[in-house]
Amino acid sequence: MVHVSNSVIFVNMEITNEMIDHLAHLSRLHFSEEEKIAMKDDMQKMIAFVEKLKEVDVTGVKPLMHMSDAVNVLREDEIKGSVSREEALLNAPLRDEQFFKVPKVIRK
Amino acid sequence: MNIADKYEAVIGLEVHAQLQTNSKLFCGDSIAFGAAPNTHVSPITLGHPGTLPKTNKKAIEYAIKMGLACNCEIEKDNYFARKNYFYPDLPKGYQISQHTTPICKGGFVTITINGTEKNIQLNRIHLEEDAGKSIHDIYDDYTCIDLNRAGTPLIEIVTEPCLQSSEEAYQYVGELRRLVRWLNICDGNMEEGSLRCDANVSIRLKGEKKLGVKVEVKNLNSIRNIKKAIDVEIERMIHLAENGGIITQQTRSFDATNDTTFSILDKEEANDYRYFADPDLAPFHLTAPFIQKIQTSLPALPQQLSKKYQNELGLSEYDASQLCDEKSTSDYFQSTIQFTNNYKAVANWILGPIRNYLNEANASFETIALLPETLADLIKLIEDGKVNFSVASSKILPVLMKENKSPITIAQELNILQVSDTNELENWVNQAIASMPEKVNEYKKGKKGLIGLFVGEVKKLSKGKADPKIVTTLLEQKLNQS
Repeated sequence: MVHVSNSVIFVNMEITNEMIDHLAHLSRLHFSEEEKIAMKDDMQKMIAFVEKLKEVDVTGVKPLMHMSDAVNVLREDEIKGSVSREEALLNAPLRDEQFFKVPKVIRK
Repeated sequence: MNIADKYEAVIGLEVHAQLQTNSKLFCGDSIAFGAAPNTHVSPITLGHPGTLPKTNKKAIEYAIKMGLACNCEIEKDNYFARKNYFYPDLPKGYQISQHTTPICKGGFVTITINGTEKNIQLNRIHLEEDAGKSIHDIYDDYTCIDLNRAGTPLIEIVTEPCLQSSEEAYQYVGELRRLVRWLNICDGNMEEGSLRCDANVSIRLKGEKKLGVKVEVKNLNSIRNIKKAIDVEIERMIHLAENGGIITQQTRSFDATNDTTFSILDKEEANDYRYFADPDLAPFHLTAPFIQKIQTSLPALPQQLSKKYQNELGLSEYDASQLCDEKSTSDYFQSTIQFTNNYKAVANWILGPIRNYLNEANASFETIALLPETLADLIKLIEDGKVNFSVASSKILPVLMKENKSPITIAQELNILQVSDTNELENWVNQAIASMPEKVNEYKKGKKGLIGLFVGEVKKLSKGKADPKIVTTLLEQKLNQS
C-alpha cells in the first residue's frame, strides 16, 4: 500500500507537465520532451488504474501496511557483520584511501 | 510600550537523541563515536541491493523507556516507513523512519519556569536511523562521505508548538538531556552530536489565534546556543514585521561566532518525502506485558526523587535538585541514607567535599574507593565528637577516596582523633592555666571573653586533638572555682 499524504499525486487529477518535472526532479532523472509525453501518458494510465481499484468496496477493511505475515523479526543488540573499509569502498566510482568522494555539496 | 511586547513567540522543538545501543538500528555495525572513517559499515549500511535489514530489539526498548518517562502512550502496532530524498550521506536514497505509527504518542515533559511548573506537550517520539557524515574541507572540489554514523538508532522527540520563550526551550532541552542520561539511553553529548536540536520559531501579535510563518533554525550544538538562537530569531522576525518586511518560510542556521542566523534554504519543493511502509522490515507488535515490564524496570525519575527528598527527608529545594542533577549522585545519596538518618549531613558531604574532590580528580562515584557505608561511618564519627568536620574533610576524606578503610582507623593512624579522656584533657587545661596567670586574673575579674584564648592554648598543646566542647567545660569549671 502506498501512502501518499504528502505527495503531489492525487487521484482524479490531470497529470500536468509540472508534475512530470517535479517527479523527475525528485527522482533525479532527466527526460527529453518526447519522453515526457510518453511519461505523462503512462502516469495517466496508472491513475486510471487506481481509479478502477477504488470501485472495490473496502468498508471495514484495514489498510494493508505490510505484505508479509512476519512480525517481530528482531535482532539482539550485537556487533557483527561489518566489512573492511577496502571492501566498502571497492565499488565506489570516486574514492580515496578513507572516504567516498562525491561532487562538492555544502550541507544545507 | 516596548515594541516586542506586542508580539508573542510560538516555538516547537525537534530533538534527535542517538540511542546508546552497541549496534545500529537495522544491522550489526558498531555505533561507537570516533572510529576511523568507513570502518563501521556493512552491506546494509552501504545500501547494497539484496540486503535485508533487521530491527535492533534494544533500540525499541530504549524508545519505549523514553516514552514512558515522558508520559506518552505507547503504540502497539509499529511499522517503519521510507522517507525518500537524495543526499550523498544517505546511501539508500531514503531514511527509514516511522511515519503513520510513531512508537510514542502524546505525552509531556515538566519544566519549572520562575518557580511555576509547566508541562511541555509532546506530539510524538519516533524511531529512525541517522545519516552519514559529509566532510567538506578535505578537497576543494569534492565532499568526502563517512558512513560510520549512517544507521545509528535515533529517537526524534517532537513537541507541539507550545513553547513561548527561549527560556522554556532552554529548560526543556536541559530536562530532556537529564532524562536520557538518567535512563542511560543516550549520553546527551551535544558537541559530539548525540543530542541535536532544531527549533521551529514563529511570531504573532498577541491575541492572534493563527500561527505565523515558521522558520526552522538548525545547527544548535549547545543548550546555551538554543536559547541564544531563538532570541535572535524572534528579534529578527519582529524587526521584519515592524518594518514592513515579510517573514518567509525558511531554514536558517545559527552562527555562534556572531550570534546571528542566516538563511540556508528557502521554502523548498523538497518537503515531498513520499513516505511509504518499508516492505523489507517486518512490523513489530508490542504486548501490554512487554511494555509493563519496561515500565517496572524504570528507575525513579529525577523530578519525583527531588520532591521526595524535600517532602520526606526535609532537604532544601536547592540540595534536592542538586542531588538529582545526575543519577549517579542521587544513587550514591540513596545508598548512603540506608546507613544513617542524618540526611542533611549526607547531602552536605556529597554536594560539598566529595563533589569538589570528584571535580578536581576528574573522578566519578563509580571510581572512588569510598563506599556509602563508609561515608555513613565518617558522619557518625563527627556526630560522636571523635573528629570535627574540617579535619574529617581535609585529612580523612582524601585517604578514603583512594582506599576503603574504616574512618576511625585512619583517624588513629593520623593521630587526629579528638581526645575526650578527661585525665589527659585536664593535664592540658592545667598547663594552659598555669602558663597565663595574668589572663586568669583578668578572666576572674569578669573578662569572660578570654575563654577562647584558653581553649586555643589547649588546642595548641594537644595539637588539635582536644575535644573543644569538653575543654571549654573543664576550663570554665576550673576558672570559676577559686
